[in-house]
Amino acid sequence: MSEPFRLPDGGRIDRSRRLAFTFDGRGYSGFAGDTLASALLANGVRLVARSMKYHRPRGIMTAGVEEPNALLTIGDGELATPNMKATEVALYDGLAARSQNVWPTLAYDAGAVNQWLAPLLPAGFYYKTFMASQGFWQHLAEPFIRRAAGFGQAPGRADADSYDHRHVHADVAIVGGGPAGLAAALVAARAGLRVVLADMGSGLGGSLLYRDGEIDGRPARQWLEAACQELEASPAVRLLRRTVVTGHYDQGYLVAVERRREPGLRASGRGGPAERVWHVRASRVVLATGAHERPLVFPDNDRPGVMLAGAALSYLRQHAVAVGRAPLVFTQNDTAYETAFALARSGWSRVAAIVDTRTEPTPHLLAEAEGLGIRVERAAVVVGVKGRAGVQSAEIMTLAPDGGAVRGEARAVDCDSILVSGGWSPAAHLFAHVGGKLVWDEAAHCFRPERPVTGVALAGAVNATFALADVLAEGRAAGAGTNAPAGAPGGAQGGASGPSAAPLWQVPLPRSRTKKARKAFVDLQNDTTAGDIQLAAREGYAAVEHMKRYTLTGFGTDQGKLGNVNGLAILAAATGRSIGATGHTTFRPPYVPVSFGALAGVERGDLLDPVRRTPLHAWHRAHGAVFEDVGQWKRPWYYPKSGEDMHAAVARECAAVRTAVGLLDASTLGKIDVRGPDAGRFLDMIYTGRMSNLGVGRVRYGVMCKEDGMVFDDGTVTRLAEDRFLVTTTTGGAARVLDWLEEYLQTEWPSLRVYANSLTEQLATIAVAGPKSRELLARVSRGVDLAAETFGFMTCREGEVAGVGARLMRISFSGELGFEIVLPAGSAMAVWEALMTAGKDLGITPYGTEAMHLLRAEKGYIIVGQETDGTQTPFDLGLGWLVAMAKPDFIGKRSYARDDTRREDRKQLVGLLPDDATLVLPEGAQLVETPVKLADVPRFRPPDTGGPIYVDGEPVPVPMLGHVTSSYASAALGRSFALALVKGGRQRHGQTLYAPLETRTVACRIVDPVLYDPEGKRRDG
Amino acid sequence: MLLIRCPHCGPRPETDFRYGHEAHIARPEAPDQLDDAAWADFVFLRSNPRGWHRERWMHAAGCRRWFNVVRSTVTHEIIMTYRPGERPALPDGLDEGGKR
Repeated sequence: MSEPFRLPDGGRIDRSRRLAFTFDGRGYSGFAGDTLASALLANGVRLVARSMKYHRPRGIMTAGVEEPNALLTIGDGELATPNMKATEVALYDGLAARSQNVWPTLAYDAGAVNQWLAPLLPAGFYYKTFMASQGFWQHLAEPFIRRAAGFGQAPGRADADSYDHRHVHADVAIVGGGPAGLAAALVAARAGLRVVLADMGSGLGGSLLYRDGEIDGRPARQWLEAACQELEASPAVRLLRRTVVTGHYDQGYLVAVERRREPGLRASGRGGPAERVWHVRASRVVLATGAHERPLVFPDNDRPGVMLAGAALSYLRQHAVAVGRAPLVFTQNDTAYETAFALARSGWSRVAAIVDTRTEPTPHLLAEAEGLGIRVERAAVVVGVKGRAGVQSAEIMTLAPDGGAVRGEARAVDCDSILVSGGWSPAAHLFAHVGGKLVWDEAAHCFRPERPVTGVALAGAVNATFALADVLAEGRAAGAGTNAPAGAPGGAQGGASGPSAAPLWQVPLPRSRTKKARKAFVDLQNDTTAGDIQLAAREGYAAVEHMKRYTLTGFGTDQGKLGNVNGLAILAAATGRSIGATGHTTFRPPYVPVSFGALAGVERGDLLDPVRRTPLHAWHRAHGAVFEDVGQWKRPWYYPKSGEDMHAAVARECAAVRTAVGLLDASTLGKIDVRGPDAGRFLDMIYTGRMSNLGVGRVRYGVMCKEDGMVFDDGTVTRLAEDRFLVTTTTGGAARVLDWLEEYLQTEWPSLRVYANSLTEQLATIAVAGPKSRELLARVSRGVDLAAETFGFMTCREGEVAGVGARLMRISFSGELGFEIVLPAGSAMAVWEALMTAGKDLGITPYGTEAMHLLRAEKGYIIVGQETDGTQTPFDLGLGWLVAMAKPDFIGKRSYARDDTRREDRKQLVGLLPDDATLVLPEGAQLVETPVKLADVPRFRPPDTGGPIYVDGEPVPVPMLGHVTSSYASAALGRSFALALVKGGRQRHGQTLYAPLETRTVACRIVDPVLYDPEGKRRDG
Repeated sequence: MLLIRCPHCGPRPETDFRYGHEAHIARPEAPDQLDDAAWADFVFLRSNPRGWHRERWMHAAGCRRWFNVVRSTVTHEIIMTYRPGERPALPDGLDEGGKR
């Protein structure tokens, strides 16, 4: 047969549907109902991966979510999905799986040489490497680690799959479809509640799918069938199969990911999403998440063929796969006996032995073993494994009564697999996500949920309740929302259900061997050994969170589901503490890795983020504008003509504004209508300046500050009527400012009769700037006297522009004569085009944000967010004239009396002229008093050498006096210039500071920030 | 993710809301009368209790109105929400300011 480990009958597979798949290019077959893992095992494929650090051969260890080894890349090209657990991928026809982290091949992996380098790669390897010299890190360690470590490759092509999100409400959300979860669901459904039940498996049932048991006098599997039928028929029950709850959040909120199409499988037809994220909000949450079996820690316990006993039972009963012809079972509890008995009864395997750490195993199990002809080695342990790429034999020794040593002679037992069970750990992750606390239970030997969380009930193994009757009782109580029945964990029923035997955390080694001990792994995915954890403890990393980071225990895609508790117990022993006192690491979402595609859902590509376009966007695009993202807005950055680069285009646009006339789309500026009888009083409090005495038809520039006195937005205020103002804000600050006004109106001064409304999108703004702007407007406007004497600077008129009713404001952000036309958004295009046509012979030129920034910088005008970062007062920015200290109160006023805001050495806005007039300083460049070259400064000096470092007699780092905030090459000035914030800058005019750059240090002269037309003669045209 | 009952709109997910800051910190009537320490206390210092915390939220994706929430900073439990200008007492047995 092509599947040498497949039993002739049995299992929950469909033998009428044979499926072909490949692994590393080789063809295999399986059946519908297989997982990729069960199909690989059926074909006798043992070696599926190489370990991360030592590149040791690894096989399939588990049958579920805790799998540390069998991470494969499924599919090719745009469907390739790395790091999929073979235990969680359902087999389909044509599936193509590839091994990861191997070179050149899985069987002959060059990285395995790391095993011999192991003495150089101890725990804390990364930490110690970082502490070594920079050269070692850059040239040796990092490239080596990058190549050798890690998991699958990120796919190189865009993901062809689609994903979506659904929201659902429930009275009860149940996590886990094993006996406890099903019992809870049945009770809740019968009570008429809306139920959501999420289960990771393709079929509901959890352990009932492969463990023996009786419910209500019938085989458990009959009960399961009836339960599934009843739930499927209940209209108020939503069953989510293949759905893993990844996070549990406050107030009954669960996030779950449903696998709807296997990775690597091309969608047929319309397809639908490959994964769906469910957002569940429930009045009550029932966690019935079960427990994870623990492996045992003994030398070479990572060899392919070593597997959890429960996993082997699952493969046998669910997939009719026997993991070995001659399995050896190694356990410290009763549960593994069921695996041994089932394999023996299959008639296919001959159980080599049951190795039980206990001196007195449970008598009825001993009798059953005897009946099946299985030898039970009592008080025995496996101390070694032969066979590198697959188990060939086990070495067994006798355990001393205290469990601390082995004695006698080692005996070899031939076997082809070792099925281990080291006890069970409740999967209480989701309980801990919402702040639930776990305590170490000395009787059940596990971390068990302790203090209840409001609205969260636990049922079954997650609660350290293992006997089936108790599990069902807890499930029913949880479903009904009542308290669980009294009864000790571990329960009344005996049998092969209790894991309560004393654990053996680490198999002791014979004295002769301890020096050259083979590796006994705790965390297989991270290649952490028991020795690594003991080393961490010796080197002082004794706290669990330190040990985790030093040894990597509990990192990776399995997050320590398999090895964590063993690791904690070994750390506890190494530090002489109890496990409870040692504690556990923090459980955080997600419970399993979640793909970026699932998280993004439909919000990718064009739907990633809303795009805001001005009413003139189509014109800008048609005229070749290069766009700049400003928040969500698309703004024209510059309009290159053919052959022009950005520099040339911006220089041309600036020249047009300085000598002729330019047009700027300023529609993105925030516009807020503030009206009501108290609007003036209100704005007096919001702005540092006085607005209540502004005449109707007049415009005033203002800054608003927080109570700490720091500038947070600026713009103009225009009084349109006695009780009505139009406030403009920065493009990025529009929403923030409206919120700010609303907060004060609703909470501090609710008695003020003021309303604030956004008009940003309803109104467009076209800025007309340049000496010929009046001439241009005269050609297209009606009903407005544009003469300088009658239409003064900072005033507003109403009239018609190109036949459209509009407001004109005489405002200038360039220093030139300028007007802003504010008009309904729908009319903006017609007006813009009319202006362009009318201004042709005047040299009219559209200009973008880059030219606008440059022009304003030449005038020393600030941009909030560029010259400010929330730590500048108006005084720092040279805007003290905007602060009406005579007002009795305004937001921020009191802070200007604080010592800190009055310091002489506050950073103040200055202009900066580099000695090299062709050099444009990088924005953000630091300014210092002494010309130090960065190349002279040692990059790194260990901190323990003490004392300052001197370069040319100056201490390094040298004091930083300020930084460049804006920097440009100016055609109008014929040179480069910058704006900067410099300590005590206003007292430093004329001084020289230095900007140390990567390759040179640039001397710069401090000057007044207004560099162009300082007398302001050009403002009136 | 919190489930917050907006006093105007009803229960909505946390993503509908914007967190403000500690509630019931009134802006001083006459800031000029305060010394530096008192002003700094108003501008910079907040109580940050372990336990019940009265705080201010805004229903940003809904009615856009500010209201107050009493939330446990330990368990994230919300026991009441109410409008600005109100200050209902906590249920019996719960300590104001959060010390437990």
